[in-house]
Amino acid sequence: MTDTTPQPVQTMQKRGLIQQMELDMRLLGMIGALIILSIGFNLLTDGRFLTPRNIFNLTIQTVSVAIMACGMVFVIVTRHIDLSVGALLATTSAVMAMVQTDILPNMLGLGLDHPATWAITLVVGLSVGALIGAFHGWLIGFLTIPAFIVTLGGFLVWRNVGWYLTSGQTIGPLDSTFLMFGGTNGTLGATWSWILGIVAVLVAVIGQWNSRRGKAGHGFSVKPVWAETLLSVLFSGAILGFIWTLNSYNIPERRLERMFAERGEVMPEGTVVSYGLPISVLILIAVAVVMTIIARRTKFGRYIFATGGNPDAAELSGINTRTLTIKIFALMGFLAALSAVVASARLANHSNDIGTLDELRVIAAAVIGGTALSGGIGTIYGAILGALIMQALQSGMAMVGVDAPFQNIVVGSVLVLAVLIDIMYRKRLGVKS
Amino acid sequence: MKFLTTISTIAIVAGSAAFAGSDGLTVGVSWSNFQEERWKTDEAAIVGALDAGGAKYISADAQSSSSKQLSDIESLIAQGVDAIIVLAQDAQAIGPAVQAAADEGIPVIAYDRLIEDSRAFYLTFDNVEVGRMQARAVFAAQPQGNYVMIKGSPTDPNADFLRGGQQEILQAAIDSGAVKIVAEAYTDGWLPANAQRNMEQILTANDNNVDAVVASNDGTAGGVVSALTSQGMDGIPVSGQDGDHAALNRVALGTQTVSVWKDARDLGRSAGEIAVALAGGSMKDAVDGAISWTSPAGTDMTAIFLEPVPITADNLSVVVDAGWITKEALCQGVTAGPAPCN
Repeated sequence: MTDTTPQPVQTMQKRGLIQQMELDMRLLGMIGALIILSIGFNLLTDGRFLTPRNIFNLTIQTVSVAIMACGMVFVIVTRHIDLSVGALLATTSAVMAMVQTDILPNMLGLGLDHPATWAITLVVGLSVGALIGAFHGWLIGFLTIPAFIVTLGGFLVWRNVGWYLTSGQTIGPLDSTFLMFGGTNGTLGATWSWILGIVAVLVAVIGQWNSRRGKAGHGFSVKPVWAETLLSVLFSGAILGFIWTLNSYNIPERRLERMFAERGEVMPEGTVVSYGLPISVLILIAVAVVMTIIARRTKFGRYIFATGGNPDAAELSGINTRTLTIKIFALMGFLAALSAVVASARLANHSNDIGTLDELRVIAAAVIGGTALSGGIGTIYGAILGALIMQALQSGMAMVGVDAPFQNIVVGSVLVLAVLIDIMYRKRLGVKS
Repeated sequence: MKFLTTISTIAIVAGSAAFAGSDGLTVGVSWSNFQEERWKTDEAAIVGALDAGGAKYISADAQSSSSKQLSDIESLIAQGVDAIIVLAQDAQAIGPAVQAAADEGIPVIAYDRLIEDSRAFYLTFDNVEVGRMQARAVFAAQPQGNYVMIKGSPTDPNADFLRGGQQEILQAAIDSGAVKIVAEAYTDGWLPANAQRNMEQILTANDNNVDAVVASNDGTAGGVVSALTSQGMDGIPVSGQDGDHAALNRVALGTQTVSVWKDARDLGRSAGEIAVALAGGSMKDAVDGAISWTSPAGTDMTAIFLEPVPITADNLSVVVDAGWITKEALCQGVTAGPAPCN
């Protein structure tokens, strides 16, 4: 449920399976679209699209944009926009690349691949991202320059600060521990993935039933027990199915041989090791959970949605919307830096073109995911699904062999259509958007 | 509604679908930026060679993004290709993609642009020689004075090979003081607009005291000639490469001195043949004409270098005879020019 969408009137007579389960129709629509899309591509590629390997690739490819889309939801909900995230990603990536390949090893004499390098790099990079974001927020909140202008300026400034810092050169290879954030170089392996999956299932199910008890205890009407059980089963199935899929993708034999050789061992005949959950995907999941909790359970989150719904009313009721703006943009900057970690680790290098056009992908993901540009409405899981749908479209079309111009034409059309459908859906519900 | 959208999407997708079959060899090509006209010629030549070798062609376009190129190559591998031809967007950032291919035992051919990885097979024209040819032609036309060097993209290793070759030819004249390099600039993304802007700045900074321009390709040469024309300086020696139609027309008009022509059809054909050979299991050093070569960064590679041809006003007929350009396109707006435009 979106935070500000009015709950269905409790006295309304309940009909149908979906209403009884109180599911978000928009969420169902997006999941449905993703499923149909995947099956369609799967048919067109002779079953190559829905292989564990491609799903593994797809999740890794989505992470960088999805992390930023989470932050973009808050920005757009408060009726702002951030056009500078791709450029911010480039600058923070450049800073982190310099820190780990030059400043720490040479200027501070730690040498290459020092065990502390990745941690220091992360702290520096994330701080720089948050600071730049906070600066944007200050310009917007306190100096009342429109966010569109501030971040359009930021788009030009930060992309070229990144260029200037590195003189346009590709910097790499990056620190070997740092590379673990990129995807294939850092995965949990089968056992830990299962453990994590089971813990996630337990947390989800216990949380769900606790909240039911809480509701019942305060006299709210609750879903029927069968609906609640069905939801639990669906959640658990989805989580464990995802883990199972990732675990069924095995590390290619030659790579495995090399990994054994590096440790000075000979690979036993017929060894099979699976990748499991990539650390980058784990980061995305953590970001999604934390951001959802912020949105629903904290004062900060409620202020964000209140301000987005009606900025004047929010300000008059005592919310400091200026500091709020700084916090939101600092969070956005922090997440852009986090994406920079994932994106540069995936390339094993910092390249000058990193994050180009990401701002548009991020905004599109948030919007496809149901975030309204008029403010007040948006969900974190929607934005992540939006990012996943976009990546599935792009990667599926590349796989089928659609010409490059058509790929962009389709993605552009889907963006506009998704918003149109959203508007029509809201009108039917009588929700002002 | 969602249904309708999705169905129509799939319909569009299906409309231009190409299937990768399971029989025979499949060769995947990862283009860095298929928007540029010249790659269409390369593609046709590659497809021709693959057809002749009985292999299937599939491709992906990274649209100038190194991260998309990585995803593209992952997707090509997932489609089960037997060899990959890569036009790398970034010589270093392509590393993880080469790694992924090597993990699956798929041979990688670095097409036209260097990939800093010893597992890749490097196929290109001799870019140092291209640089020498450019400088030689400009130097022959203008043996003394103020030179400007318009270099290629800073992320493309070819840019520095070219510059190295140019320097070799000019070094003696620079030492003797006959030639003075008054300015040099990289051209981000090889974009003509950037070359034009840089050239305008250089002309302003030097009060138009420029006697010759060594530009690294025809796109940048086009930008340079535009900048020169707006100062009424067109006609001073300018070099280029690629044999772009517009550039050959400029050579006929006399606003450009040389376009070093690398017949993309040779390159494409060789790439297709090498891909078929490697996909069939042959070793890299067993390929006809392959040599070992060490990159400036110290990577040992197996490579083939093809020989380019400098096209000047004296041998313009070569490109027409080869069917590269029609006489009409070459001689557009030329009156009483060099052969065949007279």
